[in-house]
Amino acid sequence: MSTVIYNVIFYILAFFVVISAAVVAFSKNIVRSAFAMVVTFLGVAGLFVLLSADFIAVTQLLIYVGGILVLILFAVMLSSRVKEIKISNLSVGYFPGGIIIALLTLLLIYIGVKTPWQKLDSVRFEPSTSAIGNSLLSNYLLPFEMISVLLLVGLIGAVVIARRKEDQE
Amino acid sequence: MKAFADKLFLNIFHIQAADSPYLALWYVLMMFLVSFILLNFAALFAGIASYVERRIAARMQNRIGPNLVGPQGILQWLADGLKMFLKEDLVPQTADKFIFRLAPYFVFAGLFGAFVALPFGYGIVAADLNVGIYYILAITSLVVVGIISGGWSSNSKWALFGALRSAAQIISYEIPTGLSLMLVVMLAGSLSTQSIIESQGGWPWEWFVFHSPFTLAGFFIFFISSLAEGNRVPFDLPEAESELVSGFNTEYSGLRFLIYPMAEWANLWVVGAMVTLTYLGGWQIPGVRLETIPSSVLLFLISITIFFIKTLAVVFIVIQLRWTLPRVRVDQMTLICWTYLVPIALICLIGTMIWMLAFPWKSVFGTAIRILMSTVGGSVMIWCMLRARHNYVIDKDRFEKLKGIPAWYPPWKLP
Repeated sequence: MSTVIYNVIFYILAFFVVISAAVVAFSKNIVRSAFAMVVTFLGVAGLFVLLSADFIAVTQLLIYVGGILVLILFAVMLSSRVKEIKISNLSVGYFPGGIIIALLTLLLIYIGVKTPWQKLDSVRFEPSTSAIGNSLLSNYLLPFEMISVLLLVGLIGAVVIARRKEDQE
Repeated sequence: MKAFADKLFLNIFHIQAADSPYLALWYVLMMFLVSFILLNFAALFAGIASYVERRIAARMQNRIGPNLVGPQGILQWLADGLKMFLKEDLVPQTADKFIFRLAPYFVFAGLFGAFVALPFGYGIVAADLNVGIYYILAITSLVVVGIISGGWSSNSKWALFGALRSAAQIISYEIPTGLSLMLVVMLAGSLSTQSIIESQGGWPWEWFVFHSPFTLAGFFIFFISSLAEGNRVPFDLPEAESELVSGFNTEYSGLRFLIYPMAEWANLWVVGAMVTLTYLGGWQIPGVRLETIPSSVLLFLISITIFFIKTLAVVFIVIQLRWTLPRVRVDQMTLICWTYLVPIALICLIGTMIWMLAFPWKSVFGTAIRILMSTVGGSVMIWCMLRARHNYVIDKDRFEKLKGIPAWYPPWKLP
């Protein structure tokens, strides 16, 4: 019974993720693309919950929906030409596009076949926050610090770019 | 009490074995029941809060306020809701109709999603999530998506400006909110709302707000940025009625419009409950450790009462602030956030870390500081109340001399 419910929830979420991702890619209006991305992000957060990754699910919600998506919407709304497909969806023609799609499909199939997937017998709904915290400050301390340095560089870069324009005026 | 309730439910529906095939279905059913109760609580609170806010506003502005529907006008919110329900649901012709219709759902889902992880008393929480407080912070960010989409899709200048202001404001103020919540998370060592309350105590010197000067500052930062995130005065720039008609909800009407103010009033409870559970000790009863004693119905009810009193006190302060402070300008709004709140919150974060290492919770000096701080804080509060009473007494005499009618009415005989 519980596996049935689990599967039903999984397929509902997967349906929403796939449909909204298709809208993001194919919509001719970039604001609509941005709004479809909300649904994609929410569905992915739901999939994380189903995998018992509670902390990552909430982080997905906070960073992507609350942060990145709002910034995207903020930028997109200020542009007046939201419905011009030539600006938002640049196309280089069918032939190069076809080659890229074929290569990408091959690569994805290769990865899907080659990766040793860990099959969980049953998802155990356990808190993961303290485990994440412990590994971030022990095994993965170096990558963690590297990412924080990268973010700092990004912050300083943004400030420098903003400053330069002010000086020129 | 909780164990008793669980046993009762299991007995009523003859579910004995833990791995019964119907248990999953039972959980889904209970999920719907709990969401139904929470939704109704939030809606009722929003309605009554709207009435209370209007009465307080009237009193502070020397008016009478709604007093005709029901005794003392207490049913005014029902009449307003019914009126909204009967209005036509207009969609502007040039609007992006799909997104325009969709936007209120985001606001609704974002705000009422927060109620799932909010506690109401000892053991009463719909879902004691391991990441509770982080979840509340994240799910309320859906509200801003609703506000932006509503504002953009209306195809109106007022609505678009409101949405842009709201996006800038909520994105900025999420940083001081998160940083000031970090203080509490560090002190409690947990993200779960119930564990945060359990690591505090009933007496004021066991609350996190009086832990150190840094947490006291963190409390005020959290309070201010919660107001900004909920678009409350003095941060109601997204719907500044003197500049933007009504801001992001200008073009809405009928039931779709009703969602926006309702979410704002329901947000009052979220702000109050968040402040209470993080800094003001939540449902802890002074002198009683609920975790260590066998649960009894009486203590359980006392814990709910204490939580409600603290939350409603914060709600009343927020309401009175609305009718006291003028609205800040847009540049002042960003200035307050980035040049004052964020640096102070960072200093508080580091200061609390050092304080926790230097003076642990149970050490003599730490306890002495907490008792001293709560005494000083309580004295300042009592002094403010006495000043207010003093001013009132002077004004009352003048008013009665001038008008010849009494200045004070009992609450049940308001004009």
